[in-house]
Amino acid sequence: MDTNKSSAQVHEITMVEAVTLALAHEMRVDESVVLLGEDIGPNGGVFRATLGLREEFGFKRVMDTPLAETLIAGMAIGMAGHGLRPVAEIQFMGFIYACMEHLVSHASRIRNRTRGRVTCPIVLRAPFGGGIHAPEHHSESTEALFAHVPGLRVVIPSSPVRAYGLLLAAIRCNDPVLFLEPKRIYRIERQMVQDHGEALPLDTCFTLRQGDDITLVSWGASIMETLMAAEQLSEQGIECEVLDLATIKPMDFNTILKSVKHTGRCCIVHEACRSFGVGAEIAAGLAEHALLELKAPVKRVTGFDTIMPYFKNEQYYLPSEQDIVAECLELMTF
Amino acid sequence: MQPHIEVPYQQCLSIKGQALTGLSENQNLILQNEELLKDAYRWMTLTRVYDQKAVALQRTGQMGTYPASLGQEAIGVAVGMAMAEQDTLVPYYRDHATFLLRGWPIRDLLLYWGGDERGSAGGPVQDFPISVPIATQSSHAVGVAAAMKIKGEANAVVTTIGDGGTSKGDFLEAINVAGAWQLPVVFVISNNQYAISVPRTIQCGAKTLAQKAVGAGIPFLQVDGNDFVACYDAMQEALERARSGKGAYLIEAVTYRLGDHTTADDATRYRSPEEVKEAWSKEPIKRLQTYLAEQGWWDESQEKAWQKSCDQRVEEGIAAYKTMPPEPAEAMFDYLYEEFPEVMSAQLDLLYRKVERMRAPDSVVDELELDGLERDDSANDESLDEE
Ligand SMILES: Cc1ncc(C[n+]2csc(CCOP(=O)(O)OP(=O)(O)O)c2C)c(N)n1
Repeated sequence: MDTNKSSAQVHEITMVEAVTLALAHEMRVDESVVLLGEDIGPNGGVFRATLGLREEFGFKRVMDTPLAETLIAGMAIGMAGHGLRPVAEIQFMGFIYACMEHLVSHASRIRNRTRGRVTCPIVLRAPFGGGIHAPEHHSESTEALFAHVPGLRVVIPSSPVRAYGLLLAAIRCNDPVLFLEPKRIYRIERQMVQDHGEALPLDTCFTLRQGDDITLVSWGASIMETLMAAEQLSEQGIECEVLDLATIKPMDFNTILKSVKHTGRCCIVHEACRSFGVGAEIAAGLAEHALLELKAPVKRVTGFDTIMPYFKNEQYYLPSEQDIVAECLELMTF
Repeated sequence: MQPHIEVPYQQCLSIKGQALTGLSENQNLILQNEELLKDAYRWMTLTRVYDQKAVALQRTGQMGTYPASLGQEAIGVAVGMAMAEQDTLVPYYRDHATFLLRGWPIRDLLLYWGGDERGSAGGPVQDFPISVPIATQSSHAVGVAAAMKIKGEANAVVTTIGDGGTSKGDFLEAINVAGAWQLPVVFVISNNQYAISVPRTIQCGAKTLAQKAVGAGIPFLQVDGNDFVACYDAMQEALERARSGKGAYLIEAVTYRLGDHTTADDATRYRSPEEVKEAWSKEPIKRLQTYLAEQGWWDESQEKAWQKSCDQRVEEGIAAYKTMPPEPAEAMFDYLYEEFPEVMSAQLDLLYRKVERMRAPDSVVDELELDGLERDDSANDESLDEE
């Protein structure tokens, strides 16, 4: 694994390396940034996102905690309330539920509950999503659970460049951020990432591709299939606008609305199960605000309302390029 | 058979208010410190008057559900007096005495329990807000303590919890890491014998709650929680250890909740009048008062004058509480994020429209004036009272 310790400004790196790059950058420029989590020290985290950081920053800034997720979240809140900027790693999102009480009842409300006196600039990072043949409890996408909570930000990068820029923004943000890293695309592509310390904006969708016929909205690992589907559809003369939602909450709905008003068609792609999710939220917003501009019903390509199957069958669960193409062809002939 | 664990128990004043013999140098110093003890007595009585009036406000529909600290004033005052201003308090909800000592205006305490979020603005800037979920504050406290250690501060964190709260994982995880990382944090258990209706004996099979510290590798002590001198001495020692880098400490203050759990509770359903009567014979205020009187440091006329001044202070706080203009509706968005996310402005518009409808049910109002919103007096949440 390439640790990219070279001091060159531009690195051709994977998404997980971009995470490391952003952490290292921010730890260098801001002494209050500290890391905590399980196995993040000498081991560099199970996905190596913190590789080399213990050596550079020492025990006081890269802390291996006891194996206790509730504690990690609660402790991060305490640290944040006392002037640090903790970035906590939860080894897998499947183990984040023990942190739920702290996120819902404290992190997201402490600013409100103290009228701004105590704030909670924490980042909780967690790898999530399916497609890497992981054991049970390692593959779900439950971002909607957290997106429902007022006061939390939920951010999901989908490329090395966005991982770098959005993680910087998350660390600098004075509100709590859940930073979910789609592990399926941790190492799938390399991009040139400049270590310039410039954050990307939160609360903003990114338009990855422009088109007049269909708006495709997605985030995380599914962006990959979504872009491939857009390419395939283009070969058939159907031009898709592809939006990467990036910040799930608060959601930049206006960009989606503007795009859908232009194309008249929308297909939402997400890995999470179908019902009560972020896709439903977007569809409801479009029903409220774009009904008369829609040329076809809003479509969703999603996982099912089932437990994510064990990995031999996970390809049946995950939205595929072909699923997206099929739905889009239906949209065009509605 | 339970393995035998020696748990030190500390008491300095008998339940009748006499100094015990064989005390340490520091305990004797405290017993000889007239001003300190009178101060403690004043804070304890002020807390009791505040508690009584807060309960009365709730009973007359002017405040929400309220958890009185009746009977637990000694430990609360000891914590507040032993802490330095720059230490950090990570409290639980029954710490009224400590809040008063940390400088919360009475008005703000009433606002908080009266359902107005502006009440949470009180207290030193580094102190944490009241934690309603049980025991979660323990994890926050070790986070603060870790931050202090990382930053090289010589301050300490004090976190409080009830006996019921020590059953939760948060507490156990927090004392565990506090021991492993030698954090500057003092855990104070206010063991008032009940978690709502569940007695301490059903809560946990160990003989004492203090001994939970054994597994965490931190020193521990049981004190008579109704004995201010014993509590104060224990707090001083624990805080000094913490501040000088010697690590965490766990104090179990054995006390008794003389009142109901909250104003929504009726403790006669689960405990006998005899038990409560017996507990009253050990209560902390009378005990210290007797000691002060026997030293010739406190008399009837001082008592009268002080009670009057407590009444006056609390009444002033109540008046300030009652005359606070209501908080505008859009304040719910104010502190949610550091900056209001532009993408949420459609929701703010919805609120304005709702307020407009509430203000003028029959006619359309052109100008929105949120500041003057009528307060809904039925806001006293009945359903919570039933909890
Ligand atoms: C996690 C959680 N579970 C349940 C409750 C409801 N509840 C409020 S106070 C209380 C009892 C707490 O008892 P204890 O910790 O002994 O403190 P005390 O109120 O006696 O001071 C309970 C069960 C809660 N607030 N939080």
